[in-house]
Amino acid sequence: MNEQKFQEKIDLERKIEPKDWMPEEYRSHLIRQISQHAHSEIIGMQPEGNWISRAPSLRAKMILLAKVQDEAGHGLYLYSACETLGISREELVQQLHDGKAKYSSIFNYPTLSWADMGAVGWLVDGAAIVNQVSLQRTSYGPYSRGMVKICKEESFHQRQGYEIMAEMAKGTPEQKEMAQDALNRFWWPSIMMFGPQDSDSPRTGNAMKWKIKRQFNDELRQKFIDQTVGQVKVIGLEIPDPDLKWNEERGHYDFGEMNWDEFWSVVNGNGPCNIQRLDHHKKAHSEGEWVRKAARSYSKKQEIINA
Amino acid sequence: MSDNTKVWEVFIQSKNVLAHKHVGNLHAPDKEMALQNARDLYTRRNEGSCIWVVKAEHIISSESEDGEAFFDPSNDKIYRHPTFYTMPKGSKYI
Amino acid sequence: MSLLNYTLRIADSSLILAQRISGWCSKGPTLEEDIALSNIALDLFGQANGFLEYASKLDGNKTPDQLAFNRNEREFFNLQITEQENGNFADTIVRQFFFSTYSFLFYTELSKSTDETLAALAVKSLKEVKYHLQHSKSWMLRLGDGTEESKQKTQTALQYFWQFTGELFEMDEVDMEMSKSGIGVGNSELKTNWDKMVNEVIDQSTLERPVDAYMQTGSKKGLHTEYLGHLLSEMQYLPRAYPNAKW
Repeated sequence: MNEQKFQEKIDLERKIEPKDWMPEEYRSHLIRQISQHAHSEIIGMQPEGNWISRAPSLRAKMILLAKVQDEAGHGLYLYSACETLGISREELVQQLHDGKAKYSSIFNYPTLSWADMGAVGWLVDGAAIVNQVSLQRTSYGPYSRGMVKICKEESFHQRQGYEIMAEMAKGTPEQKEMAQDALNRFWWPSIMMFGPQDSDSPRTGNAMKWKIKRQFNDELRQKFIDQTVGQVKVIGLEIPDPDLKWNEERGHYDFGEMNWDEFWSVVNGNGPCNIQRLDHHKKAHSEGEWVRKAARSYSKKQEIINA
Repeated sequence: MSDNTKVWEVFIQSKNVLAHKHVGNLHAPDKEMALQNARDLYTRRNEGSCIWVVKAEHIISSESEDGEAFFDPSNDKIYRHPTFYTMPKGSKYI
Repeated sequence: MSLLNYTLRIADSSLILAQRISGWCSKGPTLEEDIALSNIALDLFGQANGFLEYASKLDGNKTPDQLAFNRNEREFFNLQITEQENGNFADTIVRQFFFSTYSFLFYTELSKSTDETLAALAVKSLKEVKYHLQHSKSWMLRLGDGTEESKQKTQTALQYFWQFTGELFEMDEVDMEMSKSGIGVGNSELKTNWDKMVNEVIDQSTLERPVDAYMQTGSKKGLHTEYLGHLLSEMQYLPRAYPNAKW
C-alpha cells in the first residue's frame, strides 16, 4: 500500500520529503549515495588545496582558494541533505574513516604540477557538472535542492580550469608541455568518474526506478566526451586516446577501452593517494577534537549561566 | 556520539523587501557561532541582508500532505535525525 | 620613496598573513571553520591586492604580481607576527586576534588619510576586519574558557605571540613622515586602545595577560624571523622557476 503510493509519487515526478514514508532500501541507497557525494567534495579539497600556497599569481591564488572553499560548502550542503534521512554527520565521518563509505576515485590521483589545477577544474568539475545537472531532477527533495544550489555555484569552477589550460597551451613551450602532461594524466580518470558500465552496475535498476538516478552511466559518459573533445581541440592540445573518432552514424564520438583493471583497483582502495587522502582527513578530524570539545564546553557553561 | 554539536536551520533574507528563505542547515555549538557560520557558508556570494538561525529541534512541522503517520507520529521532529531522540541512559548500539 | 614603502608594509602584512591562513584549507577543526578561515584568507588576499595595485602605481615599474613574487626576504615589510607558523588552532586564533585588533584600530585611523587611495582601501578593509575581529574574539572566549586543555594551549599561544606585539606600535622615520603629512597612522597612539580591547577579551576568556619581555623588531627594515624565507620559497616558486611565463 505504502510502496504503491510511494511509487505513484515517483512516477508523477513529485518530490519525496524527509517526513514522507519511503522504502528502507530507498532510504539506505540515498544515504550511501548522498554521503559518498559529500565525502567526495571534502576529500576533493585536498588535491586542489595542494597548490594554493604555490599559485603563480594573486588572481590564480584567490580563485583557487574560493573554488576549494566552495567544495567545502558543497560537502556541507550534502551532509545536511543526508542528515534528513536519519543519520548524523559524525556517523557519516566515521563511516568514511572506517572505509565503509567511499568517495569519488578521481581524488585518489595526485596533483603534480600547476597545470593539474587546470585539468582538474576543467575535466573533473566538468564531469561532475554533467552528473550534477542530471541529479537536479532526483526524486528526493533535499538532495535535489542541494544539487540545484551546487550547480549554480559550479559554473565558475569549470571555467577556471579551462582558462588555466588555455593560457598554458598558448604560453611558453614548457607551459604547453605541462598542460599536455596534465591532460594525459587526468583524461582517463575523469572518464572513469562516470562509474562502471551500466551492465556492471548492480544498483542501477532501483536507482532508475525510484528516480534517484535520472540517466545511465554510459549515457552521461558519452555526453561528457562529446562536449569535451571540441574544447580540447580549441586550445590546441591532444586527447590521449588513439581510438577517439567521430562516428557519423551514431552522432557521437567513439572512444577507446577504459582500463577497467585500474578502475576497480582504485575504487577498491589501491590507488596512488588512497592512504594519504584518508590519513589527512583523519588527522584534521582528530586534531580538531579538542577545539570542538572546548566550544561545546563553553556553550554548556553559558547555558548554565543563562538558565 | 561524542561530537554532538547542535543542528541549526538557516534562513536568509536576500533583500530588505523579501521574506526569509530556508537555505539549509549547519552544525554549531551555540547561537553566536551558528550566526557566524551561516554568514560564511550561505552568504559568500552576497546573498544576504539578514540571517536567522533556529535550532532544528525548535521547528514544529505539519504532517506531510498524505497524512501518513506510520512512523514518527509526532509533528515536532522535522527530520529523522537521531540526535533528536533521547535514548535511555546506558543503552548501547542505538 | 616613503609612500611606496609605507604602502608595501600594509600590503605585505595582509599578503603574508593570508598565505598563512590559507594553509588551513582542508585542515580546519570543523567544516564550518574551514570555510570561515578561507573567507578570512580571501579577504586578506583581496586587501593585499588592493594595496599592491597602489604600490605598483607608485613604483611605476613593477606589476602587483611582480611585487608579490619577485621581492626577496629582505625586501618584505610585513609585521613579523604575520609570518609565524599556524601552529595549532589556538596559535592561529591568538595571532589573528592580536593582528585584527590592531588592524581594526589602524584602518579606522587610515580611513581619515589625506591620501584618497589609502583612505578608500582602509574603509573597504575595515568592513572585513570587523568580522575577522568578531570571529577571533568568539574563539578566544571559547578556547580560553572551554576546557583545561584549550585554556592551556591558548595561554601558551598568548605567551609566544606576545613578543611580536611590540612592533605593532613602533614609529620609524617613514611612519613619522607619513603621520605628519596626514597620510599615515600614528601607530604608537593605537596602543592604549589596543591594550584595552585585548585586556578585556583576555579577562573574559579567563586567561592571563603575558608579562612584557623582549619585543621582536625589524620588519620595517626588512628584518624577519627565519620563517619568512621558507614561506616565500614556496609562494614564489612558480613565477621564479618560469620567469618568461604568463599565468
